[in-house]
Amino acid sequence: MIKILKIAARNLLRYRRRTLLTSLLVVIGVVAVLLFVAITGSFKTMMVGQITDSMLGHMQVHRRGYVASIESLPLNLNMPPQLAAKVKEALDANPGIAAYAPRVKFGAMFSNFTETTSVRVNGIDPDAEVKVTPLLPARQQDGERGGPLVKPGEMLVPVLVARGLQVKAGDTVVLIATNKDGSVNGKTFVIRGTLESATGPGGRDGYIHIDDARELLRMAQPEVSEFAVSVKNPDRVDRVHAALNGVLAEVKNKQGQPALEVHPWQRLTPFANIANMIDILTLAIKVMLVSIVLVAIMNVMVMAVYERIREIGTISAIGTPPRRILALFLGEGLLLGVAGTLIGVAVSLGAIYALNLSKFTYSFGQQQGLLLAPTIGAGDVITIAAMVIGVAIIASLHPAWKASRMDPITALRHV
Amino acid sequence: MSLIHAQNLAKSYRVGDLEVPALKGIDFVIEPSSFVAFVGPSGSGKSTLLNLVGCLDHPTSGKLTVLDTDVAALNRSASAEFRGRHIGFIFQDFNLIPVLTAYENIEYPLVMVQNWPAAQRHDRVMSLLDAVGMADQAGKRPDQLSGGQKQRVAVARALVANSKLVLADEPTANLDHDTAYRIIELMRKMRDEFGTTFVFSTHDAKIMREAEVTFTLEDGRFITNPPSHHD
Repeated sequence: MIKILKIAARNLLRYRRRTLLTSLLVVIGVVAVLLFVAITGSFKTMMVGQITDSMLGHMQVHRRGYVASIESLPLNLNMPPQLAAKVKEALDANPGIAAYAPRVKFGAMFSNFTETTSVRVNGIDPDAEVKVTPLLPARQQDGERGGPLVKPGEMLVPVLVARGLQVKAGDTVVLIATNKDGSVNGKTFVIRGTLESATGPGGRDGYIHIDDARELLRMAQPEVSEFAVSVKNPDRVDRVHAALNGVLAEVKNKQGQPALEVHPWQRLTPFANIANMIDILTLAIKVMLVSIVLVAIMNVMVMAVYERIREIGTISAIGTPPRRILALFLGEGLLLGVAGTLIGVAVSLGAIYALNLSKFTYSFGQQQGLLLAPTIGAGDVITIAAMVIGVAIIASLHPAWKASRMDPITALRHV
Repeated sequence: MSLIHAQNLAKSYRVGDLEVPALKGIDFVIEPSSFVAFVGPSGSGKSTLLNLVGCLDHPTSGKLTVLDTDVAALNRSASAEFRGRHIGFIFQDFNLIPVLTAYENIEYPLVMVQNWPAAQRHDRVMSLLDAVGMADQAGKRPDQLSGGQKQRVAVARALVANSKLVLADEPTANLDHDTAYRIIELMRKMRDEFGTTFVFSTHDAKIMREAEVTFTLEDGRFITNPPSHHD
């Protein structure tokens, strides 16, 4: 086999310029794909991280039907303590889960005593919340930092609401909410700070302590609207979700249906579609790469066979088995693919390193100065390399097969 | 026991709707270690006959036995294996592989056809290079060799795998007379040294005289059919 590859390499060097141009095409294709995967992968990881680690968590557990009517934040679909305890039990038992945080969510009127607007309020357990959404504290723009995210009596106000009502950290505001049985209650809060939105303009989510939320809503017992959950390995959200879903599906309501629902982050935000779009674009770029490699190598191999018909006749006449002739030409395609891939990978890794050194920044939503940190996993490099090399072999297959099936007499007579 | 035995051997080609006969039922026997020439004018059937004997083509009818094998019955792969094991070829245009050195061209059948171990390959190739007087040119590529040198390398390549039979189609056609004569002499010397049967085609009257047995073809038939006298 080594001898075959050696001869194949010399045959490639016979037409240096053509080999160089073909390899260059493969290199360009590999570099384009690897850079695209690295940059979009970095953007996707950042975007998903921003959404999951500063707001949603990787998964959420709700009472059945809650997500379907989430726009109205229905209080009647909160989990009573017994149900919440079953959820906690299931979460504690799952080894893939890193942390979880109970939330009480409701809609309220936010007033600075002269003006009023609507807000969505998250009652949170600050210690548990920062474990699930570790980037949430970083969204606080002003006011007191450090210590618990919010203390009882404090509120983190969405920045757009704060600007609109011209309130700032230290100001006293009032939240007015309707509880489950329809009665209205109000409670004053001191603004601890303003909170930038993770999802761009329109974010109206404020944060108060979970005990304040329960007090404001006059809950007779500590209900929970949702559990936000973070997993140990974000790449395995689907697996953890399936396992948790399986366990919680055993908890039935009075109608005998599952009482709870578990949703991965992708089902909770439209930004999942952007992530999917990135995946589709990556696939499209990979298809383009395959096409480039296929056409470039098939073209060069067809030329190689056509130009060496007499030579093929000679080696066939002296008894070279058809399978070896096939291997010889496949070897040429393989070497073209391997050379292009190796150079392409080296150039790509260099370019990724240079991009990281350049500290290139960009904005995402309200987030400014996010650092572009392209990275590429060994798995992606190996997959793309294997894909290119595989396509190089496939592209050589037909010309190589034709060479191996060539009639030696006809080939020897070829002028 | 004869090396090649042809009985009523015929070959025709289809050109459009026409059946064009190239060989019209010929009989001959070639004994081992002979030095044989097929001679005749262009289009007389020499190359067709060499192609049949060399298992590159199949007869339309008749029987052809080479080394006790009915070569007409061999399929494509079996033909290739048979050629690789028993038959060497020398071509009019030398047909060396341009990217390989003289050494590697001679080594080629041992690597690509017969899978010889490296150490044995080296000894065998060096002995053949010596035998054809090309030891000092071993590292040169075909484009660095003269026509005569290329044909010497081709002779060595044809013999390297211990072929019992070497077929040469107009091996001297592209050489000047002196070089052509030296190549024929070399082939005869190799026959003497290795006992290999050489069958070559030529239309050069001076070269054909060097053969020990001559079959003259005209219009697909032998016009002279002398008995083998390599004894």
